[in-house]
Amino acid sequence: MTGLIERVSRLNADYARAIDDDRLERWPEFFTDPCLYKITSADNYRRGFEAGLVYADSRGMLQDRVAALREANIYERQAYRHLVGLPAVSGGDGGAVRAETPFLVVRVMRDGTMDLFATGRYVDIMVDEGGTLRFRERLVVCDSSRVDTLLAIPL
Amino acid sequence: MAVEDSRREWPGASLARVPYWVYQDEANYRAELRQIFEGPTWSYVCLESDVAKPGDYRTTFVGEMPIVVVRGPDGAIHAFENRCAHRGALIALDDGGNTGHHFQCVYHAWTYDLEGQLVGIAFEKGSNGRGGMPPSFCKAEHGPRRLRTATLHGLVFASLSPEAPPLEAYLGDEVLGRVGRVLRRPLRVMGRFVQALPNNWKLYVENVKDTYHASLLHAFFGTFRITRLTQGGGVLVSADGGHHASTTIARADDAVNTAYREQGIRSEKSEYRLADPSLLDAVDEFGDGIQLQILTVFPGFVLQQISNSLAVRQVLPKGPSAMELHWTYLGFADDPDEMRRRRLKQSNLVGPAGYVSMEDGCVGGFVQRGVAAAGAALSVVNMGGEGAESQDTRATEASVRGFWKAYRRYMGQ
Repeated sequence: MTGLIERVSRLNADYARAIDDDRLERWPEFFTDPCLYKITSADNYRRGFEAGLVYADSRGMLQDRVAALREANIYERQAYRHLVGLPAVSGGDGGAVRAETPFLVVRVMRDGTMDLFATGRYVDIMVDEGGTLRFRERLVVCDSSRVDTLLAIPL
Repeated sequence: MAVEDSRREWPGASLARVPYWVYQDEANYRAELRQIFEGPTWSYVCLESDVAKPGDYRTTFVGEMPIVVVRGPDGAIHAFENRCAHRGALIALDDGGNTGHHFQCVYHAWTYDLEGQLVGIAFEKGSNGRGGMPPSFCKAEHGPRRLRTATLHGLVFASLSPEAPPLEAYLGDEVLGRVGRVLRRPLRVMGRFVQALPNNWKLYVENVKDTYHASLLHAFFGTFRITRLTQGGGVLVSADGGHHASTTIARADDAVNTAYREQGIRSEKSEYRLADPSLLDAVDEFGDGIQLQILTVFPGFVLQQISNSLAVRQVLPKGPSAMELHWTYLGFADDPDEMRRRRLKQSNLVGPAGYVSMEDGCVGGFVQRGVAAAGAALSVVNMGGEGAESQDTRATEASVRGFWKAYRRYMGQ
């Protein structure tokens, strides 16, 4: 189990660094194809409301999200700093690993404004693909349903 | 931001010029809450399905006024100000739920029935013959303000004013038909989110009515031929100017739509293609070829159909330079799985992270910040002329002028 917690923690750390260092092109590689990536809130999650702020069920949809952020969408320059907590890991069915991990994201705007942008938990299902642990499912369950201004960069 | 009274004036009767103090002035903002939101208008407050059974309630706002919407024992929907008649505390504290047969204020346990009438006062006769309320105190004369309610295709609207015309007459037949075009079956909530916007509420309402900006600001649209000004469609403006419905019909034809490229407009990036185009796998579910319909009801309601992505949005003012946008993503209760999945995918288009809506979250703030020192200056709202009539093009600002036509009438400006 200790080894598993370490592997999941390393995956989480790599994931957060890719986003915070603006290497978003790497972000889809953390997922299997197909996959499920969804940003929702605790309230929607509890009520079983399925729609997300972001909803992707393939690696292609994740790539499209990055391409749109780079090429099409307009938003003020900003960056995130993820602080990711320790994962609570449990072995899942058929070799899948389940984990729940708390996170906190500070958004830093171009003018220096820093805000606590999101807190929540990642509810994950991971599988080993040729020695690499990847997300088959990553539900980003934000504690609040309220988003300040807009959500551009993935959580 | 305080603006002196002497500067709070309009340059004339033209609807094509709007002074920037209207987005800044505190006194004007307070007047809007009284004369528009609490005036003879109708505000969307919740879905009928939110208050399906007797005792089911939901709390929300009309302008800044907190309200409770609740289903009574007789099946009627009631709405009243969420303010105890005693000391003014909120009567209901949660977003919603079922309250049983009454509401009770937590502060001193004053009790209200489901119509918002004060029916019980703790220790009304005092204790051991001492204290209590004076015998002359009449409970029927005290209670929170009650609102009229009206339902329309599963939506609940409320009005504080006895002078507001019936909801159907308020909307007019054309807009009414446009609501019914989309909301034709029982609804199912697919998600609820709140977006806090750093701008005056009117900047968002104008943005929604502004058909001119859609394909210019939102590059995602243009790139994937979801909408173009050069496509068919147009904008319907209600007779009083306040409500609108804009539509886009059919797909753009690449060969004839070179206008964007010729003008060097940013939204044209023809080399950009989706890796997973299933996002755009839309079906013409209403059978009329209308790919997109955005509808507003004055002052702060939006009904959105973008392909198969359906939502209602509620605009709630939070001071002169802040507002909240309450999104409810919708489907129909009888959606087959395939349509449900389609709506989930297309929900990427809208909301705070939407491919074609995230810009609307920041652009109001860009204006709010841009005009910080320009209260007396004027914005130019001249596309498509000076009038506020329906037009069969989307390269117009007719519905934005319609907003100001209605606004100035309610405000007496």
